[in-house]
Amino acid sequence: MTNLDGVVKPKTKRSKRFLQSREPKLTENFKNAMIMKGGNTSETVTQALKDIYALRKPNAVLYKKKNILRPFEDSTSLEFFSKKSDCSLFLFGSHNKKRPNNLIFGRMFDFHVLDMFELGIEKFTSLKDIKNNKCAEGTKPMLVFAGELFDLDPEYKRLRSVLTDFFRGPTVSAVRLAGLEHVLHFTALEGKIYMRSYRVLLKKSGCRTPRIELEEIGPAFDFVLRRTHLASDDLYKTAHKQPKGLKPKKKKNISHDAFGTKFGRLHMQKQNLDQLRTRKMKGLRKRKGETVNGEDPTSAKTAKTDA
Amino acid sequence: MAACSIEDVLAKVERDEAEKLKSITVQKELDLEFDAGNLLALDKNRIDVSDFKQQKKDDFLRSLARDNTQLLINEIWKHPTERVEEVIVVKLPEPTTVLPREKPAPKPRPPTKWEEFAKLKGIQKKKKTNLVWDEVHKEWRRRWGYKRAKDGTKEWLIEVPENADPNEDQFAKRNKEKKERVAKNEFNRLRNIARAQKLKVPGVGLPPASQQSKTELAQAVNIAKISTASVGKFQDSLPKEKAPRNTGKRRKFQPVIGDFADEKQKQLDILKIMDSKKPRLDITKAVNKQMREEDMEAAAKRRKESARKGRRGHMSGRGKGSAPGKGKGKAAKGKGRNPRAKQGKH
Repeated sequence: MTNLDGVVKPKTKRSKRFLQSREPKLTENFKNAMIMKGGNTSETVTQALKDIYALRKPNAVLYKKKNILRPFEDSTSLEFFSKKSDCSLFLFGSHNKKRPNNLIFGRMFDFHVLDMFELGIEKFTSLKDIKNNKCAEGTKPMLVFAGELFDLDPEYKRLRSVLTDFFRGPTVSAVRLAGLEHVLHFTALEGKIYMRSYRVLLKKSGCRTPRIELEEIGPAFDFVLRRTHLASDDLYKTAHKQPKGLKPKKKKNISHDAFGTKFGRLHMQKQNLDQLRTRKMKGLRKRKGETVNGEDPTSAKTAKTDA
Repeated sequence: MAACSIEDVLAKVERDEAEKLKSITVQKELDLEFDAGNLLALDKNRIDVSDFKQQKKDDFLRSLARDNTQLLINEIWKHPTERVEEVIVVKLPEPTTVLPREKPAPKPRPPTKWEEFAKLKGIQKKKKTNLVWDEVHKEWRRRWGYKRAKDGTKEWLIEVPENADPNEDQFAKRNKEKKERVAKNEFNRLRNIARAQKLKVPGVGLPPASQQSKTELAQAVNIAKISTASVGKFQDSLPKEKAPRNTGKRRKFQPVIGDFADEKQKQLDILKIMDSKKPRLDITKAVNKQMREEDMEAAAKRRKESARKGRRGHMSGRGKGSAPGKGKGKAAKGKGRNPRAKQGKH
């Protein structure tokens, strides 16, 4: 009775706080990613994993030892690692004869694999190979997807969603304009996916918006899509379900028109016109202690709009 | 002269403006889709493969990326900016791209047994003040915890109640009671958790209570009796003790070697059923079915009858319609009554 199945009772305040941080929340924290390699990896894959780790750095865990798993055959150990490190995104790298230089991008929902995409590296240029100034660590990158496949093909659409999930930085309410200096560009063309990473140079254009020049900083990948694992529609829908508490409550009596003008509806109490004082005369002045019906300021309901 | 110069100036300004815009405008067949909250853009245009093959691959990709990034930057620059500590920041809207959640939405904690009860009875929580007046010390003291008012544990003397055993240690008794209350509370807490998780809570003896009910005691005795290594098989029973009731059914097997005649009969019965071509008739089932059918028929007839009566109304002659109607009604009644009587007998 003291240790029930599935009920972990923290013994200290610290462990309680730790467990609370991992509980499901209404507004979720930013997704962590775990980056791991399989039983055999080539130098390309190892370097690629390190580079992607550098792109995602504060919110990622790099597993340095080998982990012999095959995500497409058996995802249980992946789920175990995900639970252990509280990561819902993963990147798995491996290399074998059948599938050389293999990367698997995937994400989890409730510690179960939602979707996975296997991408083979055809060509790889590392961050180190290009010698120039890099972006600061933890910069929120701009993501651009090009190619009609990303809009039409359901598999590519899902891949776009996974890549967005993986590479977009934390959700922020505002960004520094000068800090927008990193672009990740994904191009789907002729059955390949080209991933390029550029540094943005803001040039003067004469008007407010600057002119953009790009400088490649790496890593650059030429991917081919191999195996995929898409979540069933049911599971995918459940994963997208937003809790009720997140929706802002509708405010009464406030509406907006097409131009964004705010309208308010006022509910006024009826005014007693019989006792309305139109003339200012000494004899009609309200004396102290005398209360007149309908003129009492506290009884009238007032509403204001700041349109 | 003056008018001419103004026109000139205007034209020049226009040209300048256009030139300036030229450096930041990009022509695209289809507009890009933006999600400024995520700094995301989607270019749905078809990429010309011949262009891609003619140029160097990286140069082509870079020029494509430049154009798209320029458009994205233009879009972001449209949003309102703000100066925060010498830095210009742009306010981003809420992201529009829906991405799956990491974990399912948190569920509200299921109510405890007490909370359920309180809701049923309409008991509401009352806020109590933290400090209460302590008559003994003549000061305000906290209600709970260290240095609390009316602290029972700090008494150096306890009056022995009239009906109590004079040799009983009242301090030890008080300590024991306190410990029991704490244990009971913990037990209930765990039970609430188990209930919330829909686990089956094993019956563990009896929780401490001032007065046990008869059924609870009987249950406790039964549990105690079977809590031996041999599951109570060799447990003696008291004279005139009744067998425990409602302890659950156990599967019982026939002995391996026992009544041969009975076994033979059973086997023969099975063979007989298998051998006969006619389906077996379950008489009670058949009778019940028959009765139900008759009932339904009668009810249908009655319904029909009443509907016909209603339709005819007062217009047509009563004498005409009533004679056959009555007869039918009687017949239906008679039929309906019989099976009901049969059911009663069963």
